This record gives sequence, C-alpha cells and structure tokens, in this order.
Amino acid sequence: MLYINFLFLRYSQLGKKLMFKKAATSISNKFFAGLIILLSSNSFAAWDDLNMTEGVTAISKEVFELHMLIFWICVAIGLVVFSVMFYSMFAYSKKRNPNPSSFHENTKLELAWTVVPFLILVFMAIPASNTLTKIYDDTEGDINIQVVGYQWKWQYKYLEDDIDFFQNLTTDWDEIYNKTPKGEFYLEEVDEAVVIPVGKKIRFLITANDVIHSWWMPDFAIKQDAIPGFINTAWTVVDEPGIYRGKCTELCGKNHGFMPVVVKVVTQDEYDVWVQEKKEAAFRMAELTEKNWTTAELTERGEGVYLKNCVACHQVNGQGIQGIFPNLAGSDIVLNDKERNVEILMEGVQGAAMQSFANQLSEVDMAAVITYTRQAWGNAENGDGKIVIPKDIVEYNKPNI
Amino acid sequence: MSAVIESHGHDDHHHGPAKGLTRWLYTTNHKDIGSLYLWFSFAMFLIGGAMAMVIRAELFQPGMQIVEPEFYNQMLTLHGLIMVFGAVMPAFVGLANWLVPMMVGAPDMALPRMNNLSFWILPFAFFILLSSLFMEGGAPNFGWTFYAPLSTTYAPPSVTFFIFAVHIMGASSIMGSINVIVTIMNMRAPGMTLMKMPLFVWSWLITAYLLIAVMPVLAGAVTMMLMDIHFGTSFFNAAGGGDPVLFQHIFWFFGHPEVYIMILPAFGIASHIIETFSRKQLFGYASMVWAMASIAILSFVVWAHHMFTVGLPLAAELFFMWATMLIAVPTGVKVFNWVTTMFKGSISYETPMLFAIAFVVLFTIGGFSGLMLAITPADFQYHDTYFVVAHFHYVLVPGSIFSIMAAVYYWIPKWTGNMYDERLGKLHFWLSFIGVNVTFFPQHWIGLAGMPRRVPDYALQFADWNMISSVGAFLFGASQILFMFIVLKTVMGGKKATPQVWEGSRGLEWTVESPAPYHTFTTPPKVN
Repeated sequence: MLYINFLFLRYSQLGKKLMFKKAATSISNKFFAGLIILLSSNSFAAWDDLNMTEGVTAISKEVFELHMLIFWICVAIGLVVFSVMFYSMFAYSKKRNPNPSSFHENTKLELAWTVVPFLILVFMAIPASNTLTKIYDDTEGDINIQVVGYQWKWQYKYLEDDIDFFQNLTTDWDEIYNKTPKGEFYLEEVDEAVVIPVGKKIRFLITANDVIHSWWMPDFAIKQDAIPGFINTAWTVVDEPGIYRGKCTELCGKNHGFMPVVVKVVTQDEYDVWVQEKKEAAFRMAELTEKNWTTAELTERGEGVYLKNCVACHQVNGQGIQGIFPNLAGSDIVLNDKERNVEILMEGVQGAAMQSFANQLSEVDMAAVITYTRQAWGNAENGDGKIVIPKDIVEYNKPNI
Repeated sequence: MSAVIESHGHDDHHHGPAKGLTRWLYTTNHKDIGSLYLWFSFAMFLIGGAMAMVIRAELFQPGMQIVEPEFYNQMLTLHGLIMVFGAVMPAFVGLANWLVPMMVGAPDMALPRMNNLSFWILPFAFFILLSSLFMEGGAPNFGWTFYAPLSTTYAPPSVTFFIFAVHIMGASSIMGSINVIVTIMNMRAPGMTLMKMPLFVWSWLITAYLLIAVMPVLAGAVTMMLMDIHFGTSFFNAAGGGDPVLFQHIFWFFGHPEVYIMILPAFGIASHIIETFSRKQLFGYASMVWAMASIAILSFVVWAHHMFTVGLPLAAELFFMWATMLIAVPTGVKVFNWVTTMFKGSISYETPMLFAIAFVVLFTIGGFSGLMLAITPADFQYHDTYFVVAHFHYVLVPGSIFSIMAAVYYWIPKWTGNMYDERLGKLHFWLSFIGVNVTFFPQHWIGLAGMPRRVPDYALQFADWNMISSVGAFLFGASQILFMFIVLKTVMGGKKATPQVWEGSRGLEWTVESPAPYHTFTTPPKVN
C-alpha cells in the first residue's frame, strides 16, 4: 500500500512539473506520466521500479549489467532502423514522391547488414558467456541447503546442521479474497524465512517432491527449476544483511501464485544463534512425542496443522473439490479405517495428487492432523471415532509392497 | 491473361457452388475451404479472446475477484491452446487455401478431398477441447506447454480428451501441409520457377515442411503422456525411473519450430503488402527467401532456450545461447529489406499498409526482447516472468495476428468483389494498435520488476501497470467486434473492386476478376 501511495506521489509531482496536475490520478494520465518517466532523461530513479533489480550479489550485478548492455544495443539498433523507416514514411509518401525509384538489390548493402549484426552479436556473446561460466561454478559451498518444492510450499534442509523446516505463505486468505485490507508484504510473506549468514558461499541443492517448481530469488539472480528426480544446484554469496523476497516461477497447479520464497541474510553471530535455537526446538518436539495426549489436545493441534497443510486441496470444510480432491467429511476411510487412514498420510496415494507427509510432519503433528480429520465435521459421531496418538506413528510399519 | 480466362468463362456455369449447407460440408473448392478456415479461426479468436478478457479482468486488481485460481489456470491454458492451434494456425491455412493456388496459377489445391477432411476434423477437435470445461475436475489447467508431471500424474481427468484433441489438430495440420507442398511443387504455372514464386508461397512452402517435421513430435509427446496416465508407463514419472525434463525437450523440439510456423507466413504477407503500397519492387527477394530458410533450419537447434533454468550443462547452455542469438541475423535481414523497400518508394497508407507497418515495428520490438531473452544469464531473471509474456505477445499479436488482419484487408476485395470501408478499417487499426501497446508494453516492466507469469494474483507493487494493461486488453478485445462488423459489411456489399484492386499490386491473383470466379486458372497462365 505504501508503495502505491509512493507511486501516486511521484506521478503527481511529475504531473505538476508537466502541468497535468489535475488529472494526475486518472488512469490515462498515470500511463502517460509513466511513459514520460521512461522517456525523460532526468528521471532514471523510476527505472528501479520498472526495471530488473540489480540485486545484492556480484553475480546479480553482472547479470544486471548484461541486461542493460543488450537493452541499449537493442535501443541503438531500433533507433537506426526506425529512423530510416519513419523518414521514408514521411519523405516518400505518395504525395511527396509520386514516382518511386526502381532499385531492388544491392549486394554490398545486403552483405553489410548481414555481417555487422553478426559482429554485434559476437561482441555481446563474449561477456554473456563469461558470466554464465562463473554462474556454473559447481564447487562445494560452505553451507549446503537442500530446497524441495511441494504443492505449494518449500522445504529447506540444512545438510550440515540437521535443520529441516517448511516455508508457507502467511498472507491471510481473507486478504486474498478482499475481505480484509492487504498488508505491505501481501503474497510475499512466509512463516519461516531461510536464514543464511553473510559472506559465506551458500549452495542450494534444488529438487521437488511432486510437480516441477522453480526457486527464484531475484536479488541473487538465482532461478533454478525444482524437478522431481533431479537435483539442480545454484550458489550465492551475499554481503548485505537483509530480507529478500522471491517466488515460485513454474506453474505448479492451483496455488502456484501463492508460494513465495523469503531469505533472511544475517551476520555470522546471529546465524549461529539461530542454528542453536532450531536444534533446541527439534529437541522439544521430540519430547512432545512422549507426552500423553488427550483427544481434545490432539484435535486442537491438528486443526492448526490441517489449516496449514491440507486446506489447499481438501478445503476448510473437509469436502475437497469434486472430481479432483476427495471429500474427507464422511469418507469411509476417515470414519472407520484407522490403519488405512494412517497409511495414506504416511505413503501418499500413487498416481494422485496426495503426497506422503511422512517427511513433512513430525510424529506429533501427523497424529494430531489425522485425529482432527477423524473428529471434525461430524466424523466422530458417524464413524468409530478412533484417535491416533504419536506412538502410533512412531510404531508405524511400511506396508509390504 | 484475361483472354485465357474469358475463353473458359462458359465452363464456370457448370461448376458453380452447390446450394445450402452441403456446399460447405462437401466442398472441395480451395476458395470455399479457405473461407471456412478463416471463419473458423475468427470464431476461435473470439473464444480465446474472451478467455483473455477473463484473465485480464481477474488481474485488474490484486486479490481474487472474478474467478478461483483453479478456473484461472483453465482459462490461461485454453487461451493459449485455442489461440495457437485454433486461431493463428487455421487462419494461415485459410489464407494458404485462398491464395496459394491463385498465386501459382493452379486451378485448385492438389488434394481437394483431403483438403475438405483436414478442415472438417478441426471443429471436432475444438469441440472436444472446449467440452472439457464442463467435465468433472474441469478443463486442462497445466498451461499450453503442458509440462509433465503436472499434466500427467497431477492432471484433471479431462487431460485424456485434451490429448485426443491435440492428435486431431496435428492430423489436420499435417494434411494441410502435405496439400500445400504438393500444390506448390507440382501445380505451378509454366514459367514460374521456384525463385519466381511470390513470397507468400515461399513462406508457406517452408512453413509446411516445418509442420510435417514437428507435428509428429508433438503427437509423440501426447501419446507418451497418454501411456503414462492410462497404461502404467513412466516416460515422465521420476518415481518410475522416468524423466520430466525429457518431456520439455520433446515439447520444445516441436514448440520452437511451431513459433516460426506462426510467423513465417506473416513474413510473406508483409512483403506483399509493403511492396504494393510502396509502389516499388520488394528489395532483396532472394535474400528474403534465404532468410526464411535459415530461420526455419535454425529453429531446429534452439529449442533449449526455453529451458535455460532446468539445469542443463554449461556446454548446452552456451550452445543454445549462441544458436539463438544467430537467429537475429536472418530476422534482421528481413526487417532491413522491408525498410529499404519503403525507402524511395511512393507510399500510401491504406489499412493493410498500416497493419503491415505496425507489424514490422512491433514485431521488431518483440524480436529485440527475444534477443534479450537469448542472453542466458539475463534469462535467469526474465524466465517465466511477464517479460516473457510481453515478448511472445508482441510477436504473436501485433506480429502474426496483425499480419492476418492486414491480409484480410488486402485480399478481401479479391475474395468478395467489394472494397471494405476505409474509414472503419483505419479506425479498427488505430484502436487495435493502441490497445495492443497499452496491453503488452507495460508487461515488460512488471516482468522485469519481478512478476511471475501464470499467477492469478500478485504483490502490490505490480498493481498500477496491471490495471493499465487490463484496460488496454479490453480496448483491444472490443475493437475486434468492429473488425467482424467491417468484414460482414464488406461481404454484404460495398464499392465494387477492380481486378487489380490496388494501384501497386502485382501477381497472378490480381489478374482475375474481383470477386475471383469459383474456378480460376482452369487453363494455366504463362509466366514470363
């Protein structure tokens, strides 16, 4: 919102200068003002909002320079070609030049405009190839993070430190459906950022669990597809602490537009503290598994897990979407077949969108969410009402296939 | 030449068109079939356009307002498929049907019955595709590029109907191309050597070879999908040892030549119109032919530039970057030739010329962004953002579609015998020109600023330009109703056209009466 106000301000200031003050808020004038911003030489600041980000890494800055170089080459060629064209349109109109010339060949000219563009391309290809070779540096990183794309969230595993968590969009669905005002980082905010230290070479090992996703962080100039069955690599060294926002850029189903990426770059000390905290949190989770849970406690915890992990397909009311995502309210398995219920969550369903959650949820959350679905929407009354406790998950055996 | 036609005028009475619906169902006449193709493609253009309107309405403001994300994905998928396979390709086939026989002095297409079949299976293909909207689970929702496994393991059940529809479209295209090649190779008038053929004929000869080469590849891709979905294979399923990237290699081996299939005939059209209204012979005919042939050949070795982010090895990335950049050379030659044709000409600005000039300028802008996209490191930032959307819409809308509109205005006096309304035609041009630029130019900016493509909702910094882009889209969409009105008005009546129609027009089609008789060149003309 702030940003939009800022834009309005800038447009209206420009408008004042150009005497379009009164109508500066109308759409047509916004467009016009935008064109003027682009065309006038003293307002290059506006480029930032309409241009590629320079980013914060050595590579991203090189990429930005390549982008500007090829852009200006295109502008130069365009100016030459279009000036000749517009000049001809004006000077050789039927009115001004009733008798057309009859030439239709010129070998020297044709040779020139084949060779010169070729040389320009070679000139352009050299820096582009150099930067590309740098990007393909595949040596080990100081910190190796596995990134796994899921419909519609990201999982991060810090390979050296045994840290493992998911990153989900936190923008409220009420904001998305215009029931509440949109926040500053609408669609660009998550529950847990990827934390990395400054000055270290971070290597990302990128893959996917279901369909193809693409992990994009514009400020690092990294865009790498996350493909099931493949591990792609990308690396970065960031020197400026800060919060950086990116997105999934490969159509991955219904909620493709709702799986942002957020990376938080911190100092080494802050990073060490964060690693320690994550390890302690993992330990506390392990303790929870031993605890004796009541049905109410499990159901309450399970509702939270359900809203975060399951609603995208099965919906808040558990009824799914007819023909694609099965109904859980009143489903025979959820009502009366506890063993199969657990198995589906642990193994996924072959050939369908239902994935295995065994590696995504802790034993506690797994038990809680199954219990929740077996209790909610009248399922407890209509079925056997059996609950699942963390111990059931710990003792779960893979079925024989 | 006119003497030849008159002496055979009597025969025409025995071979006039049949009456009623059966004329169109059973017709083997290239002019009838050309008209069928053109009307069909216009209908698809309106349907695909309506879907684009849904997309732009949803993107008018941030937040979900009009449709659900699931339906939004169905709209963007069908919009792409319908515009590519239903609007642009059939329109070019329609133009080929109408024009190729007349331009080479042939009485009809070489294989008239197959011609009928290749058209009449198309409505079934699109009926099947569109009917998937009403199926359980909805229409295909995985984008027109249908990347596996989103289009296999994770697809709605209607994907099977989509596969069947694509097979039918492919069969239609292959039959159409065979017909074009056989006609051009065997039925040219005596004296018309290959290097004397009109450029539209050349462009279609090359296009037809591209189609025959790549349509079976597409058929292979969808058949492998079918096997994965129904017969337990794992071509693209990583869990079964398959390879999702293989799908993309196969798809783009078809897909890149496919994008040139949608632009090469436009090159031919623009060449004719520019030389006519410049009243000056086209500059560099031979280099035009060689440029088109080079573009066609290069199109087979650049496919992986659509896949720079899938994790190809460095050597592959470098090769595909260089090969892609190379395409700028022959494309540049064509643009330079058009501009030089205008240089020292005697230019008038009727509607077809306006569309053709806009085609050259805006296609060139699309070419520039294409060159930028070829730079692999920069592509890591551009890939799958609105910058790509802006790029390919610039080459497809003011590129291919403007050339088709230019062709309609240029040849409609020949088809109907009536001149179109010049004032309305110019109005249509300016509305379309403004609409197209307001729609797609800002998309370069929002793409560079970081908005991914194929999203139903976006972060707030993209709001202003999305709104402007939507306004442009509504303007462009609405102007096409005017186009339909102008065409219908011309079909009904108007100022009578002379055989030559335009002062500067050259070529065999301008030697026959306007409207062109039902049968032309039953005796071949002689070309010097």
